[in-house]
Amino acid sequence: MLILWIILGIVLLLAILYIAFFNGLVGGRNQVKNAYSQIDVQLRRRHDLIPNLVNTVKGYAAHEKETLANVTNARTKAISADNASAAERGQAENVLTEALGKLFAVAEQYPDLKANTNFLALQEELSSTENKISFARQFYNDSVLRYNNRIEMFPTNIVASRGNFKKEQFFEVDNQTERAVPQVSF
Amino acid sequence: MWQQIRSNKIKSAVLTISMLVILSFIGYFIGYAVDSEGGGWIGLVISLIIWFLMAIIAFFKGGQMALSITKAKKIKKEDHPRFWNIVEEMAIAAGLSKIPDVYIIDDPAPNAFATGRDEKTAAIAATTGLLTLLNRDELQGVVAHEIAHIKNRDILFMSMVSVMLGAIVLIAWYGSRMLFFSGSGRSSSNNSGNLALLIIGLVFMILAPIIAQLIYFAVSRKREYLADATGALYTRYPDGLASALEKIGNSNIQIKAANDALAPMYIASPYRKKGHKIDLESLTSTHPPIAERVRILRRMGVSGLVSYEGYEKIYETDSKQRTRADSIIMGNAAMGMTAVSIREAYTEDQPIGLGNLKRTPDARKIAYNSSGGNYIVKKCDDCGAVLKVSTTYQGKNANCPYCGSNINID
Repeated sequence: MLILWIILGIVLLLAILYIAFFNGLVGGRNQVKNAYSQIDVQLRRRHDLIPNLVNTVKGYAAHEKETLANVTNARTKAISADNASAAERGQAENVLTEALGKLFAVAEQYPDLKANTNFLALQEELSSTENKISFARQFYNDSVLRYNNRIEMFPTNIVASRGNFKKEQFFEVDNQTERAVPQVSF
Repeated sequence: MWQQIRSNKIKSAVLTISMLVILSFIGYFIGYAVDSEGGGWIGLVISLIIWFLMAIIAFFKGGQMALSITKAKKIKKEDHPRFWNIVEEMAIAAGLSKIPDVYIIDDPAPNAFATGRDEKTAAIAATTGLLTLLNRDELQGVVAHEIAHIKNRDILFMSMVSVMLGAIVLIAWYGSRMLFFSGSGRSSSNNSGNLALLIIGLVFMILAPIIAQLIYFAVSRKREYLADATGALYTRYPDGLASALEKIGNSNIQIKAANDALAPMYIASPYRKKGHKIDLESLTSTHPPIAERVRILRRMGVSGLVSYEGYEKIYETDSKQRTRADSIIMGNAAMGMTAVSIREAYTEDQPIGLGNLKRTPDARKIAYNSSGGNYIVKKCDDCGAVLKVSTTYQGKNANCPYCGSNINID
């Protein structure tokens, strides 16, 4: 009789642990999803700000056609990559970041443009959006790391394999392009 | 992160219980002194009710009270886009469920605090002095520190504990006077055992508020260190907060609304003695010395990696308080978290975070002992930090503020 109770107790304990681990994994997966949507919000915000910026710069530096066209093209490509995988999206957004960086470097040569309040406001807005993207990405990657760890580590890996939890992809940044020296010819 | 918050919770519970015990004792003694038969328990219940009522008020109104005492004004994004954006950035980095409300206090003294009971009711306030004094990196460091307080649940906990401290002080103050002027006469006619008990009770009543306050301050200091470390993890740039703290520490403007209850909430102690910078760590300070906080953050910046483990290690090695064995980042659970590399400084008045622009780490150049006038530039051989040394500086050697090594100046 006593043995029966002990077995029953162990079964109950295992069931409770299973439920706790399962819920923990669901929580982790939801946090990853939520973090990804935060990156999404900020990327869209950047896409929305760019036409305004291009128009403002055009008014002062109309003959920087190439730089402006690069930004517009990169934006179009980034928007079309909206539904692609995290890795592909990261790539497209990096190209846009690069093009924007060049645009701001070019803007340095136009004192009138730099004094324009609209331009300054846009600059703060884009810079901050850029920061928000990188902080959202940081939080997303941290969440993915924790979630993936739980999927791989014992004992949660048992629950993960039975409950069909799959590892998530990191939102990579191409360090090569991000750290490169700006190649702006004057 | 959650593990460290959990071990925080355990320590907080121990603290709360010990203060609750002190509170109960005081209530019991007062009740006992008034009526030695059964009065003790009534006194205990009354003291707990007083605390409970105060706690309820603090829970629902504490945040608003702090904001109204300091005359903080809620702002919209258009009022100060940069400050607003930075709060939003750090809320994203911490993964808060809601962006905190943003407040500005019209005061030239640089300081900031966070308040509210949870993520949803949280608010961040900064003085106008802070907003004009700091650059973007530094302001981001300060906001990250405040967001860390919100994320670590410090703000609710500290306000609950400060209310308990308030209840202890209040009850002990009224209780001891009550006993001196009325209760003592009636009880002294009893046997000598009762008298001894009363004397012990009185002594305890005098000491209790002091003990409670010391516990409260000790916890406040630990939470400041922890918020520094968490903040550095959010920004990935410890030098930002370090140079912000240097600027705040060098300012000797006294904040208008400095008050004992609010002191632990600020990023740095709001009290300024005339001509003195805040630097002494003592039992009665709510904050660790700024120099110590800066030293840890700077060294973390030089090491290029940010982690709780790294923060802990730097705190322990060649610290002035080497004798203190207790951990500052609470609990071993925070250990073993992977270290992450830091980013570079933003360039002032330039687009920030745009990948291809050149960034200069100018936040690492600080004036060393400068009292205005000319200076010479010295490079630290060990860590490569650039120091500006005032020509009026008398000594031949100086300690590098980042790595602590000795630099020859001639």
